[in-house]
Amino acid sequence: MKRSELAGPALAKPVLDRSALLDVQDISRLYGPGKGCESIDFRLHAGEVLGIVGESGSGKSTLLRVLAGLETPDAGRVIYHTNDGELDLYAISEARRRALLRLEWGLVHQNPRDGLRMGVSAGANVGERLMALGERHYGNLRAAGQDWMTQVELDAGRIDDAPLTFSGGMQQRLQIARTLVTRPRLVFMDEPTGGLDVSVQARLLDMIRTLVRQLGLSVVLVTHDLAVARLLSHRLLVMRRGQVVEAGLTDQILDDPQHAYTQLLVSSVLTP
Amino acid sequence: MNGYNFAYLDEQTKRMIRRALLKAVAIPGYQVPFGGREMPMPYGWGTGGMQLTASILGGDDVLKVIDQGADDTTNAVSIRAFFERVAGVETTTATAAADVIQTRHRIPETPLEHDQILVFQVPIPEPLRFIEPSEQETRLMHALEEYGVMHVKLYEDIARYGHIATTYAYPVKVDGRYVMDPSPIPKFDNPKLDMSAALMLFGAGREKRLYAIPPYTRVESLDFEDHPFEIQQWDEHCALCGSDHSFLDEVITDDAGNRLFICSDTDYCLTRRGEVA
Amino acid sequence: MYVAVKGGEQAIANAHRLLADRRRGEREQAELSVEQIGGQLRLAVDRVMSEASLYDPELAALALKQASGDLVEAVFLLRAYRTTLPRLAVSEPLDTGTMRIERRISAAYKDIPGGQVLGPTYDYTHRLLDFMQLAEGETPEPARADAALARCPQILDLLNAEGLIEREHDDGSEPADITRDPPDYPVDRAARLQMLARGDEGYLLALGYSTQRGYGRNHPFAGEIRLGHVDVEIHVKEWDETICIGEIALSECQMINQFGGSREVAPQFTRGYGLAFGHNERKTLAMALVDRALRAEELGEPISGPAQQAEFVLAHADSVEASGFVSHLKLPHYVDFQSELELLRRLRKAHGNARGSGDAAMEDAV
Repeated sequence: MKRSELAGPALAKPVLDRSALLDVQDISRLYGPGKGCESIDFRLHAGEVLGIVGESGSGKSTLLRVLAGLETPDAGRVIYHTNDGELDLYAISEARRRALLRLEWGLVHQNPRDGLRMGVSAGANVGERLMALGERHYGNLRAAGQDWMTQVELDAGRIDDAPLTFSGGMQQRLQIARTLVTRPRLVFMDEPTGGLDVSVQARLLDMIRTLVRQLGLSVVLVTHDLAVARLLSHRLLVMRRGQVVEAGLTDQILDDPQHAYTQLLVSSVLTP
Repeated sequence: MNGYNFAYLDEQTKRMIRRALLKAVAIPGYQVPFGGREMPMPYGWGTGGMQLTASILGGDDVLKVIDQGADDTTNAVSIRAFFERVAGVETTTATAAADVIQTRHRIPETPLEHDQILVFQVPIPEPLRFIEPSEQETRLMHALEEYGVMHVKLYEDIARYGHIATTYAYPVKVDGRYVMDPSPIPKFDNPKLDMSAALMLFGAGREKRLYAIPPYTRVESLDFEDHPFEIQQWDEHCALCGSDHSFLDEVITDDAGNRLFICSDTDYCLTRRGEVA
Repeated sequence: MYVAVKGGEQAIANAHRLLADRRRGEREQAELSVEQIGGQLRLAVDRVMSEASLYDPELAALALKQASGDLVEAVFLLRAYRTTLPRLAVSEPLDTGTMRIERRISAAYKDIPGGQVLGPTYDYTHRLLDFMQLAEGETPEPARADAALARCPQILDLLNAEGLIEREHDDGSEPADITRDPPDYPVDRAARLQMLARGDEGYLLALGYSTQRGYGRNHPFAGEIRLGHVDVEIHVKEWDETICIGEIALSECQMINQFGGSREVAPQFTRGYGLAFGHNERKTLAMALVDRALRAEELGEPISGPAQQAEFVLAHADSVEASGFVSHLKLPHYVDFQSELELLRRLRKAHGNARGSGDAAMEDAV
């Protein structure tokens, strides 16, 4: 992707509510030496978009799975701050954790097929989380479905079509609508534009950026694509062989990388 | 019958099943795993219901067996004959005279009383099965009350057909907690589950699960506020007893496709004809 | 006026009487005896015993006779009988290492201690119909060895000594009993093996075959297949003594499979195991393949084939359950069907109305 296509105003700096949303403390999850992630520490603030970048195999996807409650770490804690206090993600009951994932968090998979129910209509896909929350009015569900399809720039007239009939980019939009419909406080995105054509990617990124800003979402974004990271993230973690080698504000890291690996990454990707 | 215990099953097995039944009654709508035994009839032909009936039947009890509402369908005849043979109990076709009624696919039209027990034969006890095939996962979904997906199915029906297109085995929520498959009874019978005076027991032999609705328990059929649950209706009346409020079976009377409708509940129909005549 | 048809006891009784007649066949011919079935349809008897989980050649032969040779029906008959039997004792674990060998081969080694013993096998027979049997020709006596077989150590024990194959440990825990307790998924290997042992041979064969064709491949070698007799022993508490109560014929297959090792474990071979009553070689091979496939999760392998999905494989393996549920479709479903009819008519009516009254009228007229 050319840099010029992604040019545009940088994301607004996070709203100055600097309260912590997620505290990641010394997380390790190893499948073998250098496979997985090791001793990861960071804090995510409310309203912040944090990018985790690195090559494939750097451990960023493993880290995301641990953060998103899908894979128990070997060591360390993930602390989620709610209005009522702190929750230790892997110390609370499975019931509580699944409820959290269903109601307050969202996960956008790289492959929309992993996040959608391919056998039911677009409207049912968007409505599912609302139904899980107890919405029992068909008309309201339908209205929400149409509204969200419009917000992600899908034709609301296709609300009764199955996702199978949608293109890859449209499926990804639908997955995003399905995830955001309950207005989650925290969203995890795993290579949300991976596997798509460059032009489709650009439009999707633009849409994600708009939604993130409008809804004031807190996001942990995993990508191997520094251009995507630059466009969406306030801050970056650079991972290599399971460890964070550099962390800081996005512009600072991409314009003035300190670690040799980051320098290599930046020079190889961002310079034509 | 020589060589077999009263009601076929040995006493230890019956005790095991009764213990499981007590648990089921204590947790309405919850599927209790039990050590189901092979019965001398094929799985899927009512072995679950038969094991429950065998476990609760006493020597003085009067048993009624129906299939599709009728006492005279082949499988009902066969199961009734089985219990006559292995338990020597008195049997009846009169709903009101029965202490235990084993049924497949219907609830009698005659309202049941508090001293009666209705035993359902259940093929697939898991209402979430066709959405989530894994037992491990569905158990978790029940435990965590993750039932949103049940409404996805209903939503999809309305979006596609304009109606909820589930006509039998229509899922219910029991006592505001567990979503339950009421067995393949027509949804016409679902309202009879709610606040029923009789104890309702459900047995799935092949799947080795049993569950219960205790008397006077709230049972709601899942629906949407703006698409409320409805039961089937017929334009016709029963051709034999004239009933306009019972579940009707369609009978094709000739090659030209002419048809008429008669009560599926044979005892109810006969009783009415006695009264009407 | 219409009178409802009475399905009836008489009809059922007559049907069963006709069935008995068909089973007996032409009266001029001699009736097949249970002894003949046991003696001459041995492999069918063994399969019925295995899948019914009851070692009783005579009753298995009776079941075959009663079922007119329908194996699935015979398995069901014997299983239904089995469930009524009291449990008098639990045997000690069988030691197949002490088996009195009738057949024993290894595909992993050319020469093995004790030798390759072909025994009675259809392998290497040319599948040509033997018309002599049509003419009831004489069967020659078998050739007999002069000396008794040498001791036949288990091949996998030889690998074990070198640490090349994973060891099986007895952790002393009480194994599950699938005949008493409902399956509680995920089930452990003991329960899995029990379920596979009574699983339908055709089903396991197809699943095992699918692993060979790439749906969850596990690189098998037939380490050892052995057939023969093994003593059954029980421990009598009152006497504090273990006594032999008889012997049973068994088939056993120990499969050797590859495994890359993990962070904790050095690479070594893994095992798949198959065991069945009587002469049931094909079943044990298939069972061993499926057993190994079902260990994918435990061994950290990707689950990509149907044979690796434990709930799927195990929940559908039992022919008594499967044939019961499939055949229950023959039972009346009038009420469910009526419910669907009512809905379908309503939907078609609504559809017709939407398309215009002309079309609806056309459809009603048809």
